Amino acid sequence: MKYVLLFVETEQFEADLEAMSQADRDRAFELVSKWMADHADKIRGGSKLQPASTATTVRLDAGSEPVITDGPFVEGKEVVSGYTEVEVDDLDQVLNMVSTWPGCPLVEIRPIMEIRPGQS
Amino acid sequence: MTFVIQRPAKVDRTVSDRELDQIVREHAGRLATALVRITGDFAMAEDLVQDAVVAALQRWPIEGVPDRPDAWLFTVARNRGLDALRRQSNYRTKLTQLQWPVQPASDDRLRLIFTCCHPALPRPAQIALTLRVVCGLTTAQIARAFLVTETTVARRITRAKRKITEAGIPYRVPEPNELSARLREVLSVIYLLLNEGYLSTAERGQARDLVDDAEWLAAELHALMPAEPEVAGLLALIRLHRARADARFDPDGNLVLLEHQDRSNWDHEAIADASRLLQRAARNHQPGPYQLQAAIVACHAETADWANTDWEQIVLLYDMLLHLAPSPLSRLHRSIARRYTAGPEAALAEVDGLAAGLERYHLYHAIRADLLRTLGRGDEARAANRHALELTANPAEQAVLRRRIDWGDDAG
Repeated sequence: MKYVLLFVETEQFEADLEAMSQADRDRAFELVSKWMADHADKIRGGSKLQPASTATTVRLDAGSEPVITDGPFVEGKEVVSGYTEVEVDDLDQVLNMVSTWPGCPLVEIRPIMEIRPGQS
Repeated sequence: MTFVIQRPAKVDRTVSDRELDQIVREHAGRLATALVRITGDFAMAEDLVQDAVVAALQRWPIEGVPDRPDAWLFTVARNRGLDALRRQSNYRTKLTQLQWPVQPASDDRLRLIFTCCHPALPRPAQIALTLRVVCGLTTAQIARAFLVTETTVARRITRAKRKITEAGIPYRVPEPNELSARLREVLSVIYLLLNEGYLSTAERGQARDLVDDAEWLAAELHALMPAEPEVAGLLALIRLHRARADARFDPDGNLVLLEHQDRSNWDHEAIADASRLLQRAARNHQPGPYQLQAAIVACHAETADWANTDWEQIVLLYDMLLHLAPSPLSRLHRSIARRYTAGPEAALAEVDGLAAGLERYHLYHAIRADLLRTLGRGDEARAANRHALELTANPAEQAVLRRRIDWGDDAG
């Protein structure tokens, strides 16, 4: 099965990261790279995203012109900061992987809808 | 010569609802296990078992319980399955090959329990699924036991089964590195059933006795995982509660608190059995919250009367429990014992310190009231009891509190 891991940062996490010394920050990034390498056999792609301040949202309501706004679709303390697609046997394997994730404090796991021929 | 066609004997086959539930529970989970194995489809197996259970509960009270209830359930489920799988010939063939009697391996029975209690499912769904699939309750029975509508229960089950399929929740026993966390999840579900059942015994006869199901599940799990001390601890805890259940109510149906219970009404043989179970578990030297709670209950259960209670030992057990599983509720219960080891004044100070977390909990006020009364502060005690009364919906507890408020200082 395929899943997307949505990595979610909090304001606190961002502040903590900023307060770190350069050496500590490098070390934190290293842990994340190592985690990615450890699970390379299951990872099918993904990216770290630019900060939420760079986001643009388009709202497409029926009957009116698209409305373009600055910022993410929900103004919140928690923002998606990256994603990874993984391919494993089942949810337990993802949970196992994620249990050692060394980065941001929230990870949402979403199964990818697999559309087979003849199915809607 | 006249031929009398004899209907299958049904004399002496009349069974109480409770016996009926027990027979169904003995077989439903096993049947579900076999069906998942054959079809590889948890959601469908669950549906088939539920159909068979509903049919049994409709027909057995009228026709009598068949000689082989498991064969009966099996046949109904299989026929429904063959019907449902008309278009899927591969499953159909497998299902045709399925023969009674079904004797699932212990691993299969564990798989079923762990899947129902998967942490990716919300707690109410874990409970509903476990009761339906493992214990063979109907949706209606679950709804009555938890005072929710059948639609609510049905929706929980449907959503949970969809999630199992679509999110890829596996049907297997967790890996060794996940096992202890996942076992805690299963034990929490059983513990909640115990609590729910324990509290609702106030309205006995109104709903299914969930304590029965909790004990059965714990016993099943203990048989499947005999080396897990916390499973044994929870089973002992349930049995210790049950051994004293008859003394919790007087002949008029009023709740009797531990202090005033007639201990000759306790099942002392069951208490001794449960204590032995607990001692065997303790030999693993892996104390856990359930073993400790059971040990506290055993401490009371093995004492001849309230006056001889070993409060020092109980405080010690609470200290260990709080060390492993800090909780304001355990602190509150510990303060009852502290009243006898450190005096009511010290105990009251400790209870008052818990206000922030427990202000909305009726027992916090009831215990405070008791301590205030002991200290001769009657008005404050009554006010605290009144506060407790406002916060509980349990009729038996309400009755006790009302008596205390009405009768002032003498009521227990």
